[in-house]
Amino acid sequence: MAKAMHGDERFGLDKRVRLLGPVRLDSGAEFAPVDFAYETYGSLNPDKSNAILICHALTGDQHVASRHPVTGKDGWWTRMVGPGKPIDPARHCIISINVMGSCMGSSGPASVDPSTGGPYGMAFPVITIADMVRAQAILLDHLDIPILSAVVGGSMGGMQALCWASLFPERVRSAVVIASTARHSAQNIAFHEVGRQAIMADPRWNNGAYYGREAPASGLAVARMAAHITYLSEAGLTEKFGRRLQNRPDGSMGAKSFGFDADFQVESYLRYQGLSFVDRFDANSYLYITRAMDYFDLAEPHDGVLAKAFAATKARFCLISFDSDWLYPTSESRRIVHALNAAGAAASFVELSSPFGHDSFLLDAPEMNRIVDGFLRAGENL
Amino acid sequence: MTQLRSDLAIIARNVRSGSRILDVGCGDGQLMAALRDHKQVDARGLEIDPVNVATAVSRGLSVVQGDADSDLVDYPDGCFDYVILSQTLQTTRRPDIVLDHMLRIGRQAFVSFPNFAQWRIRIAHMFGGQMPVTEQLPHRWYDTPNIHHVTIDDFRSFLKDRGVVIEGQWFLSGDRPRKKALANLMAEHAVFLLRQG
Repeated sequence: MAKAMHGDERFGLDKRVRLLGPVRLDSGAEFAPVDFAYETYGSLNPDKSNAILICHALTGDQHVASRHPVTGKDGWWTRMVGPGKPIDPARHCIISINVMGSCMGSSGPASVDPSTGGPYGMAFPVITIADMVRAQAILLDHLDIPILSAVVGGSMGGMQALCWASLFPERVRSAVVIASTARHSAQNIAFHEVGRQAIMADPRWNNGAYYGREAPASGLAVARMAAHITYLSEAGLTEKFGRRLQNRPDGSMGAKSFGFDADFQVESYLRYQGLSFVDRFDANSYLYITRAMDYFDLAEPHDGVLAKAFAATKARFCLISFDSDWLYPTSESRRIVHALNAAGAAASFVELSSPFGHDSFLLDAPEMNRIVDGFLRAGENL
Repeated sequence: MTQLRSDLAIIARNVRSGSRILDVGCGDGQLMAALRDHKQVDARGLEIDPVNVATAVSRGLSVVQGDADSDLVDYPDGCFDYVILSQTLQTTRRPDIVLDHMLRIGRQAFVSFPNFAQWRIRIAHMFGGQMPVTEQLPHRWYDTPNIHHVTIDDFRSFLKDRGVVIEGQWFLSGDRPRKKALANLMAEHAVFLLRQG
Protein backbone atom coordinates (compact mmCIF):
# COMPACT_ATOMS: atom_id res chain seq x y z
CA MET A 1 0.00 0.00 0.00
CA ALA A 2 1.19 3.49 -0.87
CA LYS A 3 3.36 5.18 1.70
CA ALA A 4 1.26 7.96 3.10
CA MET A 5 1.99 11.65 3.56
CA HIS A 6 5.73 11.47 3.48
CA GLY A 7 7.27 13.00 6.56
CA ASP A 8 4.02 13.71 8.39
CA GLU A 9 4.08 11.46 11.44
CA ARG A 10 0.32 11.78 11.88
CA PHE A 11 -0.31 9.66 8.78
CA GLY A 12 0.44 6.03 8.07
CA LEU A 13 -0.15 2.55 9.40
CA ASP A 14 -0.65 1.58 13.04
CA LYS A 15 -0.75 5.11 14.44
CA ARG A 16 -1.50 6.01 18.05
CA VAL A 17 -2.22 9.40 19.53
CA ARG A 18 -3.56 10.75 22.81
CA LEU A 19 -5.66 13.91 22.44
CA LEU A 20 -6.95 16.19 25.15
CA GLY A 21 -10.57 16.09 24.05
CA PRO A 22 -12.86 16.10 25.85
CA VAL A 23 -15.55 14.05 24.13
CA ARG A 24 -18.91 15.31 25.33
CA LEU A 25 -20.90 12.14 25.84
CA ASP A 26 -24.63 11.61 25.37
CA SER A 27 -24.77 10.53 29.01
CA GLY A 28 -23.84 14.07 30.01
CA ALA A 29 -20.33 13.09 31.11
CA GLU A 30 -17.12 14.25 29.50
CA PHE A 31 -14.32 11.90 28.60
CA ALA A 32 -10.69 12.96 28.47
CA PRO A 33 -8.00 12.38 27.46
CA VAL A 34 -8.88 10.25 24.44
CA ASP A 35 -6.60 7.63 22.94
CA PHE A 36 -6.89 6.83 19.27
CA ALA A 37 -5.53 3.90 17.33
CA TYR A 38 -5.94 4.50 13.61
CA GLU A 39 -4.46 3.98 10.19
CA THR A 40 -4.33 6.06 7.04
CA TYR A 41 -3.71 4.88 3.50
CA GLY A 42 -2.94 7.14 0.56
CA SER A 43 -2.32 10.89 0.68
CA LEU A 44 -4.51 13.86 1.33
CA ASN A 45 -4.64 15.98 -1.82
CA PRO A 46 -3.78 19.72 -1.68
CA ASP A 47 -7.40 20.86 -1.41
CA LYS A 48 -8.14 18.11 1.15
CA SER A 49 -11.08 16.86 -0.87
CA ASN A 50 -10.24 13.16 -1.06
CA ALA A 51 -10.58 11.95 2.54
CA ILE A 52 -12.67 8.85 3.12
CA LEU A 53 -13.42 7.65 6.63
CA ILE A 54 -14.09 3.94 6.97
CA CYS A 55 -16.08 2.98 10.05
CA HIS A 56 -15.80 -0.54 11.36
CA ALA A 57 -18.40 -2.91 12.77
CA LEU A 58 -18.84 -4.22 16.33
CA THR A 59 -15.74 -6.38 16.51
CA GLY A 60 -13.80 -4.69 13.70
CA ASP A 61 -10.79 -2.48 14.02
CA GLN A 62 -8.56 0.05 12.30
CA HIS A 63 -6.80 -2.63 10.26
CA VAL A 64 -9.14 -2.27 7.31
CA ALA A 65 -6.49 -3.15 4.75
CA SER A 66 -3.43 -4.10 6.77
CA ARG A 67 -2.44 -7.26 8.58
CA HIS A 68 -4.14 -7.77 11.95
CA PRO A 69 -1.43 -7.85 14.65
CA VAL A 70 -3.12 -10.61 16.72
CA THR A 71 -4.62 -12.93 14.10
CA GLY A 72 -2.07 -12.25 11.35
CA LYS A 73 -4.94 -12.13 8.88
CA ASP A 74 -5.34 -9.58 6.09
CA GLY A 75 -7.38 -6.45 6.78
CA TRP A 76 -11.10 -7.01 7.23
CA TRP A 77 -12.19 -5.15 4.08
CA THR A 78 -9.48 -5.73 1.50
CA ARG A 79 -12.26 -6.56 -0.98
CA MET A 80 -13.38 -2.92 -0.83
CA VAL A 81 -10.19 -1.06 0.12
CA GLY A 82 -6.88 -1.28 -1.67
CA PRO A 83 -5.16 -0.71 -5.00
CA GLY A 84 -7.69 -1.02 -7.84
CA LYS A 85 -10.58 -1.31 -5.38
CA PRO A 86 -13.49 1.16 -5.09
CA ILE A 87 -11.71 2.83 -2.17
CA ASP A 88 -8.20 3.18 -3.49
CA PRO A 89 -5.17 4.73 -1.78
CA ALA A 90 -4.03 5.93 -5.20
CA ARG A 91 -7.05 8.26 -5.27
CA HIS A 92 -8.21 8.58 -1.69
CA CYS A 93 -6.82 9.48 1.69
CA ILE A 94 -8.37 6.62 3.67
CA ILE A 95 -8.74 6.91 7.43
CA SER A 96 -9.77 4.02 9.64
CA ILE A 97 -10.14 4.54 13.39
CA ASN A 98 -10.67 1.99 16.13
CA VAL A 99 -13.93 3.08 17.78
CA MET A 100 -14.04 4.42 21.30
CA GLY A 101 -14.98 1.57 23.65
CA SER A 102 -13.10 -1.01 21.62
CA CYS A 103 -9.91 -2.83 22.54
CA MET A 104 -7.49 -2.32 19.68
CA GLY A 105 -5.80 0.79 21.02
CA SER A 106 -8.48 3.46 21.22
CA SER A 107 -9.85 4.36 24.66
CA GLY A 108 -11.96 1.53 26.02
CA PRO A 109 -12.62 -0.34 29.25
CA ALA A 110 -9.29 -2.20 28.98
CA SER A 111 -7.33 1.07 28.61
CA VAL A 112 -5.41 2.53 31.52
CA ASP A 113 -7.31 5.24 33.38
CA PRO A 114 -4.70 7.99 33.86
CA SER A 115 -6.39 9.01 37.10
CA THR A 116 -5.89 5.60 38.76
CA GLY A 117 -3.06 4.02 36.79
CA GLY A 118 -5.22 0.86 36.38
CA PRO A 119 -7.65 -0.27 33.68
CA TYR A 120 -10.99 1.54 33.53
CA GLY A 121 -13.05 -1.64 33.64
CA MET A 122 -16.62 -0.75 34.50
CA ALA A 123 -15.54 2.80 35.37
CA PHE A 124 -15.37 3.46 31.64
CA PRO A 125 -18.39 5.60 30.74
CA VAL A 126 -21.28 4.07 28.83
CA ILE A 127 -21.02 5.51 25.32
CA THR A 128 -23.22 5.77 22.24
CA ILE A 129 -22.67 5.59 18.49
CA ALA A 130 -22.84 9.40 18.43
CA ASP A 131 -20.09 9.53 21.08
CA MET A 132 -17.89 7.34 18.89
CA VAL A 133 -18.50 9.75 16.00
CA ARG A 134 -17.77 12.84 18.11
CA ALA A 135 -14.49 11.22 19.17
CA GLN A 136 -13.60 10.52 15.52
CA ALA A 137 -14.25 14.18 14.71
CA ILE A 138 -11.66 15.15 17.33
CA LEU A 139 -9.08 12.93 15.63
CA LEU A 140 -9.94 14.35 12.20
CA ASP A 141 -9.42 17.85 13.61
CA HIS A 142 -5.99 16.69 14.76
CA LEU A 143 -5.30 15.42 11.23
CA ASP A 144 -6.48 18.77 9.78
CA ILE A 145 -9.17 17.04 7.73
CA PRO A 146 -12.18 19.37 7.72
CA ILE A 147 -14.27 17.61 5.07
CA LEU A 148 -14.94 13.96 4.38
CA SER A 149 -15.48 13.14 0.75
CA ALA A 150 -17.21 10.03 2.06
CA VAL A 151 -17.96 8.16 5.24
CA VAL A 152 -18.30 4.46 4.53
CA GLY A 153 -19.39 1.66 6.79
CA GLY A 154 -21.22 -1.63 7.05
CA SER A 155 -23.35 -2.75 9.99
CA MET A 156 -22.32 -0.65 13.04
CA GLY A 157 -20.04 1.22 10.62
CA GLY A 158 -23.15 2.21 8.68
CA MET A 159 -24.71 3.54 11.88
CA GLN A 160 -21.65 5.73 12.34
CA ALA A 161 -21.85 6.92 8.72
CA LEU A 162 -25.50 7.93 9.23
CA CYS A 163 -24.59 9.59 12.51
CA TRP A 164 -21.73 11.50 10.86
CA ALA A 165 -24.05 12.93 8.20
CA SER A 166 -26.56 13.89 10.87
CA LEU A 167 -24.19 15.32 13.51
CA PHE A 168 -21.70 16.99 11.16
CA PRO A 169 -23.69 17.86 8.03
CA GLU A 170 -21.13 20.45 6.98
CA ARG A 171 -18.28 17.94 7.08
CA VAL A 172 -19.77 15.04 5.08
CA ARG A 173 -20.13 15.08 1.29
CA SER A 174 -21.40 11.54 0.94
CA ALA A 175 -22.24 8.49 3.01
CA VAL A 176 -22.19 4.82 2.08
CA VAL A 177 -24.32 2.76 4.45
CA ILE A 178 -24.23 -1.00 3.92
CA ALA A 179 -26.26 -3.69 5.69
CA SER A 180 -27.18 -1.26 8.42
CA THR A 181 -30.04 0.39 10.25
CA ALA A 182 -31.04 3.72 11.79
CA ARG A 183 -32.14 2.04 15.01
CA HIS A 184 -31.72 -1.18 16.93
CA SER A 185 -34.89 -3.24 16.97
CA ALA A 186 -36.21 -5.18 19.95
CA GLN A 187 -34.86 -8.34 18.33
CA ASN A 188 -31.42 -6.76 17.83
CA ILE A 189 -31.35 -5.70 21.49
CA ALA A 190 -32.56 -9.13 22.58
CA PHE A 191 -29.70 -10.95 20.85
CA HIS A 192 -27.18 -8.52 22.32
CA GLU A 193 -28.63 -9.03 25.77
CA VAL A 194 -28.08 -12.79 25.46
CA GLY A 195 -24.43 -12.08 24.70
CA ARG A 196 -24.01 -9.67 27.58
CA GLN A 197 -25.67 -12.03 30.02
CA ALA A 198 -23.36 -14.83 28.90
CA ILE A 199 -20.35 -12.64 29.68
CA MET A 200 -21.67 -11.36 32.99
CA ALA A 201 -22.69 -14.87 34.07
CA ASP A 202 -19.11 -16.05 33.66
CA PRO A 203 -17.65 -15.96 37.21
CA ARG A 204 -14.34 -14.78 35.80
CA TRP A 205 -16.03 -11.59 34.60
CA ASN A 206 -15.90 -10.37 38.23
CA ASN A 207 -17.89 -7.17 37.55
CA GLY A 208 -15.47 -6.27 34.83
CA ALA A 209 -12.39 -6.39 37.07
CA TYR A 210 -10.58 -9.30 35.42
CA TYR A 211 -7.60 -7.50 33.88
CA GLY A 212 -4.33 -9.15 34.88
CA ARG A 213 -6.24 -12.35 35.60
CA GLU A 214 -8.14 -14.90 33.59
CA ALA A 215 -10.65 -13.23 31.28
CA PRO A 216 -14.29 -14.41 31.06
CA ALA A 217 -13.47 -16.32 27.91
CA SER A 218 -16.29 -18.85 28.07
CA GLY A 219 -18.89 -16.12 28.49
CA LEU A 220 -17.43 -14.09 25.66
CA ALA A 221 -17.24 -17.17 23.42
CA VAL A 222 -20.94 -17.89 23.98
CA ALA A 223 -21.75 -14.24 23.26
CA ARG A 224 -19.87 -14.51 20.00
CA MET A 225 -21.57 -17.80 19.08
CA ALA A 226 -25.03 -16.30 19.59
CA ALA A 227 -24.12 -13.19 17.63
CA HIS A 228 -22.46 -15.15 14.86
CA ILE A 229 -25.73 -16.95 14.10
CA THR A 230 -27.33 -13.56 13.44
CA TYR A 231 -24.61 -12.73 10.90
CA LEU A 232 -25.46 -15.76 8.76
CA SER A 233 -28.62 -16.91 7.04
CA GLU A 234 -30.52 -20.13 7.47
CA ALA A 235 -29.95 -20.94 3.81
CA GLY A 236 -26.24 -20.23 4.21
CA LEU A 237 -25.94 -22.45 7.29
CA THR A 238 -27.91 -25.22 5.60
CA GLU A 239 -25.73 -25.06 2.53
CA LYS A 240 -22.51 -25.03 4.53
CA PHE A 241 -23.37 -27.59 7.21
CA GLY A 242 -26.85 -28.99 6.82
CA ARG A 243 -27.26 -31.71 9.44
CA ARG A 244 -23.84 -33.16 8.70
CA LEU A 245 -22.00 -34.75 11.61
CA GLN A 246 -18.38 -34.33 12.60
CA ASN A 247 -15.87 -37.11 12.19
CA ARG A 248 -15.27 -38.56 15.67
CA PRO A 249 -11.81 -38.43 17.27
CA ASP A 250 -11.71 -42.27 17.17
CA GLY A 251 -11.89 -42.07 13.40
CA SER A 252 -15.50 -43.07 12.97
CA MET A 253 -17.05 -41.03 10.21
CA GLY A 254 -19.97 -38.81 11.09
CA ALA A 255 -21.39 -40.83 13.97
CA LYS A 256 -23.49 -39.47 16.80
CA SER A 257 -21.73 -39.53 20.17
CA PHE A 258 -24.95 -39.82 22.21
CA GLY A 259 -23.41 -37.16 24.38
CA PHE A 260 -22.88 -33.43 24.27
CA ASP A 261 -19.75 -33.09 22.23
CA ALA A 262 -19.93 -31.06 19.06
CA ASP A 263 -21.58 -33.80 17.01
CA PHE A 264 -22.87 -31.53 14.32
CA GLN A 265 -20.51 -29.64 12.07
CA VAL A 266 -22.41 -26.43 12.77
CA GLU A 267 -21.72 -26.86 16.50
CA SER A 268 -18.06 -27.35 15.90
CA TYR A 269 -17.98 -24.32 13.62
CA LEU A 270 -19.70 -22.11 16.20
CA ARG A 271 -17.41 -23.32 18.99
CA TYR A 272 -14.43 -22.46 16.84
CA GLN A 273 -15.86 -19.01 16.11
CA GLY A 274 -16.34 -18.43 19.83
CA LEU A 275 -12.92 -19.69 20.87
CA SER A 276 -10.96 -17.82 18.22
CA PHE A 277 -12.81 -14.61 19.08
CA VAL A 278 -11.71 -14.49 22.70
CA ASP A 279 -8.06 -14.28 21.65
CA ARG A 280 -8.66 -11.00 19.92
CA PHE A 281 -11.45 -9.27 21.79
CA ASP A 282 -12.08 -7.88 25.26
CA ALA A 283 -15.26 -8.97 27.04
CA ASN A 284 -15.91 -5.54 28.57
CA SER A 285 -15.51 -3.89 25.17
CA TYR A 286 -18.15 -6.30 23.92
CA LEU A 287 -20.50 -5.10 26.67
CA TYR A 288 -19.88 -1.41 25.97
CA ILE A 289 -20.13 -1.57 22.20
CA THR A 290 -23.25 -3.74 22.12
CA ARG A 291 -24.80 -1.31 24.60
CA ALA A 292 -23.91 1.61 22.31
CA MET A 293 -25.58 -0.18 19.39
CA ASP A 294 -28.69 -0.95 21.46
CA TYR A 295 -29.01 2.71 22.41
CA PHE A 296 -28.79 3.69 18.74
CA ASP A 297 -31.92 5.30 17.37
CA LEU A 298 -31.05 8.15 15.05
CA ALA A 299 -34.61 9.50 15.15
CA GLU A 300 -34.83 9.64 18.95
CA PRO A 301 -33.26 13.11 19.41
CA HIS A 302 -35.58 14.38 16.64
CA ASP A 303 -38.97 13.62 18.21
CA GLY A 304 -38.86 10.19 16.61
CA VAL A 305 -38.93 11.67 13.09
CA LEU A 306 -36.01 10.19 11.19
CA ALA A 307 -36.25 12.71 8.34
CA LYS A 308 -35.43 15.49 10.80
CA ALA A 309 -32.09 13.82 11.53
CA PHE A 310 -31.14 14.58 7.93
CA ALA A 311 -32.69 18.07 7.76
CA ALA A 312 -29.35 19.88 7.51
CA THR A 313 -27.43 17.36 5.43
CA LYS A 314 -26.22 18.14 1.94
CA ALA A 315 -24.64 14.72 1.62
CA ARG A 316 -25.39 12.16 -1.05
CA PHE A 317 -26.31 8.77 0.35
CA CYS A 318 -25.83 5.28 -0.99
CA LEU A 319 -27.55 2.47 0.88
CA ILE A 320 -27.12 -1.21 0.16
CA SER A 321 -28.91 -4.10 1.84
CA PHE A 322 -28.77 -7.85 1.30
CA ASP A 323 -31.87 -9.96 0.82
CA SER A 324 -30.74 -12.69 3.23
CA ASP A 325 -29.73 -10.26 6.02
CA TRP A 326 -32.27 -10.72 8.82
CA LEU A 327 -30.21 -8.80 11.38
CA TYR A 328 -30.64 -5.47 9.59
CA PRO A 329 -33.17 -6.38 6.91
CA THR A 330 -33.94 -4.42 3.75
CA SER A 331 -36.98 -2.85 5.44
CA GLU A 332 -34.62 -0.91 7.74
CA SER A 333 -32.68 0.47 4.77
CA ARG A 334 -35.95 1.39 3.10
CA ARG A 335 -36.99 3.25 6.23
CA ILE A 336 -33.81 5.32 5.96
CA VAL A 337 -34.39 5.94 2.24
CA HIS A 338 -37.94 7.06 3.01
CA ALA A 339 -36.60 9.57 5.55
CA LEU A 340 -33.91 10.78 3.14
CA ASN A 341 -36.54 11.32 0.44
CA ALA A 342 -38.67 13.26 2.89
CA ALA A 343 -35.63 15.36 3.78
CA GLY A 344 -34.92 15.98 0.09
CA ALA A 345 -31.51 14.33 0.31
CA ALA A 346 -29.98 12.61 -2.71
CA ALA A 347 -30.34 8.92 -1.94
CA SER A 348 -29.58 5.75 -3.80
CA PHE A 349 -30.58 2.36 -2.56
CA VAL A 350 -30.35 -1.18 -3.81
CA GLU A 351 -31.05 -4.56 -2.27
CA LEU A 352 -28.52 -7.12 -3.49
CA SER A 353 -29.05 -10.83 -3.56
CA SER A 354 -26.67 -12.98 -1.56
CA PRO A 355 -27.07 -16.20 0.39
CA PHE A 356 -24.65 -15.15 3.14
CA GLY A 357 -26.85 -13.02 5.40
CA HIS A 358 -25.57 -9.98 7.26
CA ASP A 359 -21.93 -10.95 6.67
CA SER A 360 -22.44 -10.50 2.90
CA PHE A 361 -20.95 -7.02 3.04
CA LEU A 362 -17.60 -8.44 4.15
CA LEU A 363 -17.55 -11.08 1.43
CA ASP A 364 -16.99 -11.03 -2.29
CA ALA A 365 -19.86 -8.98 -3.76
CA PRO A 366 -18.91 -7.60 -7.19
CA GLU A 367 -22.21 -5.75 -7.53
CA MET A 368 -21.64 -3.98 -4.21
CA ASN A 369 -18.17 -2.92 -5.40
CA ARG A 370 -19.54 -1.69 -8.72
CA ILE A 371 -22.14 0.44 -6.95
CA VAL A 372 -19.76 1.89 -4.37
CA ASP A 373 -17.15 2.61 -7.05
CA GLY A 374 -19.65 4.45 -9.29
CA PHE A 375 -21.16 6.31 -6.37
CA LEU A 376 -17.78 7.54 -5.10
CA ARG A 377 -16.51 8.48 -8.57
CA ALA A 378 -19.67 10.48 -9.25
CA GLY A 379 -18.96 12.47 -6.07
CA GLU A 380 -15.39 13.11 -7.17
CA ASN A 381 -16.63 14.57 -10.47
CA LEU A 382 -19.09 17.00 -8.89
CA MET B 1 -29.10 14.63 -26.56
CA THR B 2 -28.28 11.69 -28.72
CA GLN B 3 -29.62 8.17 -28.79
CA LEU B 4 -32.58 8.71 -26.47
CA ARG B 5 -35.66 6.65 -27.29
CA SER B 6 -38.03 8.98 -29.14
CA ASP B 7 -40.60 9.31 -26.33
CA LEU B 8 -37.77 10.08 -23.90
CA ALA B 9 -36.38 12.66 -26.33
CA ILE B 10 -39.74 14.43 -26.31
CA ILE B 11 -39.75 14.47 -22.52
CA ALA B 12 -36.13 15.63 -22.41
CA ARG B 13 -36.83 18.51 -24.80
CA ASN B 14 -39.76 19.72 -22.73
CA VAL B 15 -38.23 19.55 -19.24
CA ARG B 16 -37.17 22.94 -17.90
CA SER B 17 -33.44 23.36 -17.25
CA GLY B 18 -32.43 23.18 -13.62
CA SER B 19 -35.66 21.54 -12.49
CA ARG B 20 -36.10 18.67 -10.02
CA ILE B 21 -37.38 15.44 -11.50
CA LEU B 22 -38.34 11.98 -10.32
CA ASP B 23 -38.11 9.30 -13.01
CA VAL B 24 -40.38 6.42 -12.00
CA GLY B 25 -39.24 3.20 -13.65
CA CYS B 26 -36.00 4.89 -14.70
CA GLY B 27 -34.34 1.71 -16.00
CA ASP B 28 -30.58 2.12 -16.08
CA GLY B 29 -30.94 5.90 -15.85
CA GLN B 30 -30.49 6.86 -19.51
CA LEU B 31 -33.00 9.72 -19.42
CA MET B 32 -31.80 10.92 -16.01
CA ALA B 33 -28.20 11.00 -17.19
CA ALA B 34 -29.15 12.96 -20.31
CA LEU B 35 -31.17 15.47 -18.29
CA ARG B 36 -28.38 15.84 -15.75
CA ASP B 37 -25.71 16.32 -18.40
CA HIS B 38 -27.62 18.61 -20.77
CA LYS B 39 -30.21 20.38 -18.66
CA GLN B 40 -28.57 20.56 -15.21
CA VAL B 41 -31.54 18.75 -13.79
CA ASP B 42 -31.54 17.41 -10.22
CA ALA B 43 -32.75 13.92 -11.03
CA ARG B 44 -33.93 11.09 -8.80
CA GLY B 45 -35.04 7.68 -9.93
CA LEU B 46 -37.15 4.75 -8.79
CA GLU B 47 -36.50 1.39 -10.43
CA ILE B 48 -37.62 -2.13 -9.64
CA ASP B 49 -34.76 -4.12 -11.17
CA PRO B 50 -31.63 -4.25 -8.96
CA VAL B 51 -29.26 -4.69 -11.91
CA ASN B 52 -30.65 -1.52 -13.50
CA VAL B 53 -30.35 0.30 -10.17
CA ALA B 54 -26.74 -0.78 -9.83
CA THR B 55 -25.96 0.47 -13.33
CA ALA B 56 -27.69 3.79 -12.69
CA VAL B 57 -25.95 4.32 -9.34
CA SER B 58 -22.60 3.43 -10.88
CA ARG B 59 -23.31 6.23 -13.39
CA GLY B 60 -23.51 8.57 -10.44
CA LEU B 61 -27.29 8.86 -10.42
CA SER B 62 -29.49 8.84 -7.32
CA VAL B 63 -31.73 5.85 -7.84
CA VAL B 64 -33.74 3.94 -5.27
CA GLN B 65 -34.78 0.37 -5.80
CA GLY B 66 -38.51 0.18 -5.42
CA ASP B 67 -41.88 -0.38 -6.98
CA ALA B 68 -44.11 2.37 -8.40
CA ASP B 69 -47.16 0.56 -7.03
CA SER B 70 -45.98 0.46 -3.43
CA ASP B 71 -43.26 3.07 -2.90
CA LEU B 72 -44.53 6.36 -4.36
CA VAL B 73 -46.55 6.78 -1.18
CA ASP B 74 -43.24 7.48 0.62
CA TYR B 75 -42.55 10.70 -1.28
CA PRO B 76 -43.76 13.99 0.18
CA ASP B 77 -46.20 16.27 -1.67
CA GLY B 78 -44.87 18.65 -4.29
CA CYS B 79 -41.21 17.76 -3.86
CA PHE B 80 -40.48 17.55 -7.61
CA ASP B 81 -41.12 19.80 -10.60
CA TYR B 82 -41.75 16.78 -12.81
CA VAL B 83 -42.51 13.15 -12.17
CA ILE B 84 -41.84 11.03 -15.24
CA LEU B 85 -43.36 7.65 -16.04
CA SER B 86 -42.19 6.41 -19.42
CA GLN B 87 -43.48 3.12 -20.84
CA THR B 88 -44.34 1.96 -17.35
CA LEU B 89 -47.98 2.94 -16.77
CA GLN B 90 -49.29 -0.18 -18.49
CA THR B 91 -47.14 -2.43 -16.27
CA THR B 92 -48.41 -1.12 -12.93
CA ARG B 93 -51.02 -2.95 -10.88
CA ARG B 94 -53.00 0.24 -10.25
CA PRO B 95 -52.23 2.87 -12.90
CA ASP B 96 -54.87 5.17 -11.40
CA ILE B 97 -53.23 5.24 -7.97
CA VAL B 98 -49.76 5.59 -9.50
CA LEU B 99 -50.95 8.61 -11.48
CA ASP B 100 -52.58 10.13 -8.37
CA HIS B 101 -49.25 9.88 -6.56
CA MET B 102 -47.34 11.34 -9.51
CA LEU B 103 -49.60 14.39 -9.58
CA ARG B 104 -49.31 14.72 -5.81
CA ILE B 105 -45.50 14.41 -5.71
CA GLY B 106 -44.78 16.51 -8.79
CA ARG B 107 -46.13 19.80 -10.00
CA GLN B 108 -46.34 18.24 -13.45
CA ALA B 109 -46.15 14.69 -14.73
CA PHE B 110 -44.96 13.19 -17.99
CA VAL B 111 -46.59 9.91 -18.93
CA SER B 112 -45.70 7.94 -22.05
CA PHE B 113 -47.26 4.65 -23.10
CA PRO B 114 -47.81 2.42 -26.14
CA ASN B 115 -51.21 3.00 -27.74
CA PHE B 116 -53.19 -0.24 -27.82
CA ALA B 117 -55.63 1.19 -30.39
CA GLN B 118 -53.05 1.76 -33.12
CA TRP B 119 -54.33 0.34 -36.42
CA ARG B 120 -51.81 -2.51 -36.70
CA ILE B 121 -52.90 -3.82 -33.34
CA ARG B 122 -56.57 -3.43 -34.28
CA ILE B 123 -56.02 -5.39 -37.49
CA ALA B 124 -54.06 -8.12 -35.77
CA HIS B 125 -56.81 -8.46 -33.23
CA MET B 126 -59.68 -8.27 -35.71
CA PHE B 127 -58.32 -10.68 -38.32
CA GLY B 128 -55.97 -12.79 -36.29
CA GLY B 129 -58.43 -13.23 -33.46
CA GLN B 130 -55.50 -13.41 -31.05
CA MET B 131 -53.80 -10.99 -28.67
CA PRO B 132 -51.54 -8.96 -30.96
CA VAL B 133 -47.79 -9.44 -30.92
CA THR B 134 -46.22 -6.47 -32.68
CA GLU B 135 -42.88 -4.73 -32.85
CA GLN B 136 -43.88 -2.24 -30.17
CA LEU B 137 -45.70 -4.84 -28.04
CA PRO B 138 -43.58 -7.94 -28.63
CA HIS B 139 -44.80 -10.03 -25.69
CA ARG B 140 -47.32 -12.84 -25.72
CA TRP B 141 -50.42 -12.74 -23.51
CA TYR B 142 -48.92 -14.92 -20.78
CA ASP B 143 -45.51 -13.30 -20.46
CA THR B 144 -46.30 -9.65 -21.07
CA PRO B 145 -45.38 -7.16 -18.35
CA ASN B 146 -48.13 -4.95 -19.81
CA ILE B 147 -51.03 -5.89 -17.61
CA HIS B 148 -53.12 -2.76 -18.20
CA HIS B 149 -53.28 -2.11 -21.92
CA VAL B 150 -54.55 1.38 -22.61
CA THR B 151 -55.46 3.43 -25.67
CA ILE B 152 -55.00 7.15 -26.17
CA ASP B 153 -58.76 7.70 -26.00
CA ASP B 154 -59.00 5.56 -22.85
CA PHE B 155 -56.33 7.68 -21.25
CA ARG B 156 -57.95 10.96 -22.28
CA SER B 157 -61.34 10.00 -20.84
CA PHE B 158 -59.62 8.74 -17.69
CA LEU B 159 -57.93 12.15 -17.30
CA LYS B 160 -61.20 13.95 -17.94
CA ASP B 161 -63.01 11.91 -15.29
CA ARG B 162 -60.33 12.81 -12.77
CA GLY B 163 -60.11 16.49 -13.69
CA VAL B 164 -56.47 16.18 -14.73
CA VAL B 165 -55.29 18.97 -17.02
CA ILE B 166 -53.40 18.05 -20.21
CA GLU B 167 -50.61 20.61 -20.67
CA GLY B 168 -49.00 18.93 -23.64
CA GLN B 169 -49.42 15.86 -25.82
CA TRP B 170 -47.17 14.30 -28.43
CA PHE B 171 -47.65 11.27 -30.65
CA LEU B 172 -45.23 8.97 -32.40
CA SER B 173 -45.19 6.36 -35.11
CA GLY B 174 -41.88 4.67 -34.78
CA ASP B 175 -39.52 7.60 -34.29
CA ARG B 176 -41.62 10.00 -36.36
CA PRO B 177 -43.91 12.57 -34.75
CA ARG B 178 -47.58 12.40 -35.70
CA LYS B 179 -50.32 14.96 -35.68
CA LYS B 180 -52.95 15.00 -32.97
CA ALA B 181 -55.66 14.20 -35.51
CA LEU B 182 -56.46 10.47 -35.62
CA ALA B 183 -53.75 9.84 -33.04
CA ASN B 184 -55.76 7.07 -31.40
CA LEU B 185 -55.80 5.18 -34.71
CA MET B 186 -52.41 6.12 -36.10
CA ALA B 187 -49.96 6.67 -33.22
CA GLU B 188 -47.87 3.88 -31.73
CA HIS B 189 -46.86 5.90 -28.71
CA ALA B 190 -48.23 8.85 -26.81
CA VAL B 191 -46.56 11.28 -24.42
CA PHE B 192 -48.69 13.43 -22.12
CA LEU B 193 -47.69 16.31 -19.88
CA LEU B 194 -50.20 16.59 -17.04
CA ARG B 195 -50.99 18.55 -13.94
CA GLN B 196 -53.60 18.22 -11.24
CA GLY B 197 -56.67 20.29 -12.12
